Amino acid sequence: MTETLNLPDLVHWAWAGVLYWLILGFSALLLQSRRRLLTRVIFPLGALGALFIAGVGAAGLVAPTSAIILPIGLPDLPFHLRLDALSAFFLVLLGGAAFGVTVYAAGYFRNMRAGPLGLLALWYHLFLAGMVTVLLADDAYAFMVAWEVMALSSYFLVTTDHKIPEIRRAGFLYLLIAHVGAVSLLLCFGVLQGGEGDYTFNTMRLAEIAPFWASVAYLLALFGFGAKAGLVPMHVWLPEAHPAAPSPVSALMSGVMLKTAIYGLLRVTFDLLNVQLGWWGTLALALGLLTAIYGVIFAAVQSDMKRLLAWSSIENIGIILAAFGLTLIFYTDGKGALAALTMTALLYHAINHAFFKGLLFIGTGSVLHATGERRMGHLGGLIRFMPWTAWLTLIGALAIAGLPPLNGFVSEWLLLQAFLLSPGLSQPYLNMVIPVAAASVALAAALAAYVMVKFFGVVFLGQPRDPALHHAHEASWAERLGMIWLAAGCVLLGLLPSQVIGWLAPVVTQLTGQALINDAPSASAWLMLAPVSAERASYAPLVFLAVVLTTLLLVYIWVRRVYHGRVRRADAWDCGYPEQDARMQDTAEGFGQPIRQIFEMFMRVERERPDPFDRHPRYTGASHDKLWFIVYEPIAKIVGWLSDQAGKLQHGRIQWYLIYSFATLIFLLVFVTR
Amino acid sequence: MTTGILLQIAQTLAAILLAPLLMGWVNQCRAWLQGRSAPPITQPYRTLRKLFHKDAVIAHNASPLFRFAPYMIFACMALAAGIVPTIANDLPFSPAADVIALVGIFALARVFLALAAMDIGTSFGSLGARREMLVSFLAEPALLMVFFTASFISQSTELPIIVQALAHKEFVIYPSMAFAAVAFWMISVAENARIPVDNPTTHLELTMIHEAMILEYSARHLALIEWAVALKLFTYSALGIALFLPWGIAPQGDPSALPLALLAMLLKMAIGGAALSLMEAISAKLRLFRAPEFLGTAFLLGVLGMLIHFLLEV
Repeated sequence: MTETLNLPDLVHWAWAGVLYWLILGFSALLLQSRRRLLTRVIFPLGALGALFIAGVGAAGLVAPTSAIILPIGLPDLPFHLRLDALSAFFLVLLGGAAFGVTVYAAGYFRNMRAGPLGLLALWYHLFLAGMVTVLLADDAYAFMVAWEVMALSSYFLVTTDHKIPEIRRAGFLYLLIAHVGAVSLLLCFGVLQGGEGDYTFNTMRLAEIAPFWASVAYLLALFGFGAKAGLVPMHVWLPEAHPAAPSPVSALMSGVMLKTAIYGLLRVTFDLLNVQLGWWGTLALALGLLTAIYGVIFAAVQSDMKRLLAWSSIENIGIILAAFGLTLIFYTDGKGALAALTMTALLYHAINHAFFKGLLFIGTGSVLHATGERRMGHLGGLIRFMPWTAWLTLIGALAIAGLPPLNGFVSEWLLLQAFLLSPGLSQPYLNMVIPVAAASVALAAALAAYVMVKFFGVVFLGQPRDPALHHAHEASWAERLGMIWLAAGCVLLGLLPSQVIGWLAPVVTQLTGQALINDAPSASAWLMLAPVSAERASYAPLVFLAVVLTTLLLVYIWVRRVYHGRVRRADAWDCGYPEQDARMQDTAEGFGQPIRQIFEMFMRVERERPDPFDRHPRYTGASHDKLWFIVYEPIAKIVGWLSDQAGKLQHGRIQWYLIYSFATLIFLLVFVTR
Repeated sequence: MTTGILLQIAQTLAAILLAPLLMGWVNQCRAWLQGRSAPPITQPYRTLRKLFHKDAVIAHNASPLFRFAPYMIFACMALAAGIVPTIANDLPFSPAADVIALVGIFALARVFLALAAMDIGTSFGSLGARREMLVSFLAEPALLMVFFTASFISQSTELPIIVQALAHKEFVIYPSMAFAAVAFWMISVAENARIPVDNPTTHLELTMIHEAMILEYSARHLALIEWAVALKLFTYSALGIALFLPWGIAPQGDPSALPLALLAMLLKMAIGGAALSLMEAISAKLRLFRAPEFLGTAFLLGVLGMLIHFLLEV
């Protein structure tokens, strides 16, 4: 026995992290008005907590599973917590992204206009603690309590600016759909426990469930977690709620909270259920692809930068879900190696999205901070006034557009490889479906590049569309540090894929029973990624980057040496028409116009064109989500009608209420005596 | 290994140096077909030399991104040219990036060009950027579909292995590759800003795509971009040859086949360039919103090629 240190199990450490955040949150409440103390002490301490959680997660990836039972909650319902590889991976994701975002928040909230910062800090840390508990929970009760803590604290964070009616409306929509989803999850756990009456996950793992009921549980989970993740058609809350929240909160919601839903889906499907059926995968694949395409199309026509990013989150969730569906298809078909490949792509994309979407959201936060403007039509040219923010955001934008050698490319590459390896599935129709699915993923990825050129180009490049932008100031140091952390994450995750895949191996093995093999020659295994077989495909981002950088430098030196580096500054070419101003640049609406024209069938476009003789012409155009009118408005009407009918029973006369009670009594008596 | 690296560097350099020649040849053929007296085939080199000697004129509000982009675009195209087998099939670089990464390299260059176009903030620049991204969001997945068809046949996404597999299946015609070839031709035309999608010689506002993006560039920056454009055309031609006419490319470890391979490559490129100029001479430029239909057709042909592979060839 060489082990002399008798440290507590990792799950204890993770729980300690939760308690630490709770203490920080409640002490923030006591410091209510001490703004300086809050931003200089509480948020940096919170960031350290995130780093600690990430560390616990990293250790948990290699350590054996550990579990505890906490005597809190209702008398006979203690909290069961458990830390296995799957939870540990999501802890790393949460801690890694939350560290950058919280460091940023320390700078961001320092200059935030009025608002009870103490309360906000409480909700913020409660939100983090809730998410960690969701990942640790090992019984349905603890899971649902943590899930609700997460939903409610994020609701209060979304409605920070509750004096604005649209934000209240967005918050309500969020709360509503979160709870419809939560009800579905409760029912799902009810089915999963299989009549034992015991709601621990361990019982559920052992329960023998008939395929029919397993399918019911899966569909409930898909609906419940899908509502949280923003799966089309349950996505409507996401483009409303994410932009409404303060930017660090948007970053956490998009980057991390959506991933807890993916975690839940993986937990239920691959861990708690002991049968998996092939058609589940086909369903998830179809829904995921629909979500990806739908999300990216709407992202392309947005003119509010945070809303654009929210729609892009829907797209990324769609890609993750497509990978999930593909994993299920391969897994149920007995193709273990392929299931491992797609599962790796799924987890990789999840952590990538946490980093680049976090980065982009906090980047927009700095812009919002410096200019007070979210509408892209009033921004522009910020790369000259905020170079740090602009260049760091550019890394995020290139990463999310799936460009090599950054991280978004790696996960999309792995996913496309999986499509290419798919021939030979036992069901012939799947062999036909998969090429079409690959085409859709490729289309979504290409459109994502369109969206990101629009986002970065309109916000940071060109001329300032508003004279006030000339006074935009650079982000503070804390904000920059947060962005640097997340950008470094994007770069490292992109450059070292074989290491990352090594870390993911325990999770992939836990879920699919097999790990992804890196078949690169052992001498170059650290820089080259070759899933399944080196003959089939390989990718070495470090070599890639080295070649591009060397060529770039050589060309630069050659041009300077052989020729010269003289530069003259002049006005931009004005086509012989000197009366040009910044308002004549292409707008966000203009940039999205081709996409709107091509995909108009998904949208309800409302346009107001000015009269040709109008002296002060104004043009307005808005593209609305058609699903809102097709699905949600009829539901809202039916619910409204039903509640009107129910309302007829209530007219405030006491004798009628007595008659109701009497009738109920008679009815029950008849019922009981029979 | 060292010979491999030397060959790799030689091949990349050859591609960089020969690329303007192909451009000159296409221009020459087109001039002949249009009944004009043709510029000499070396005209692109002279233009490049002239541009490198000039002083760069840059707008007052240009950001560092604007000056960085031409180098980045050139480096990306050089890397792309290094990956595609032109003469020899023995490329030590190629495991670093497969065909999907190749599409990624093209996308990276394109995104930088589009961003640089938006940097100055003239209406032309962003108009061009928007149109370029519009063309590419359909062309890029279509190109992937073509590559996927080839990879399904060869069981690999590595270009040398694809070429080897396709070159050694002696003159068997794959129906799927026929579809892919048509799709690839359409994509190449669009991606290289040729008629009918774009017109490389136009400066008319209503029709420009590529030219609108580089309107603000001058001197060495413009030279690098023009060179990168020539290199892109060269790389696409080499790709087309590698995928659809791979016969003659020297196999791995056989240096004696190199001279013949060089001749074969030059001949195939000359024929391809002449065909491109012929097509440009006999067709008219499409209206901008017909371009998505053109590329949508290419995309569908690519998908059809893949489906046909599953139906007929598995």
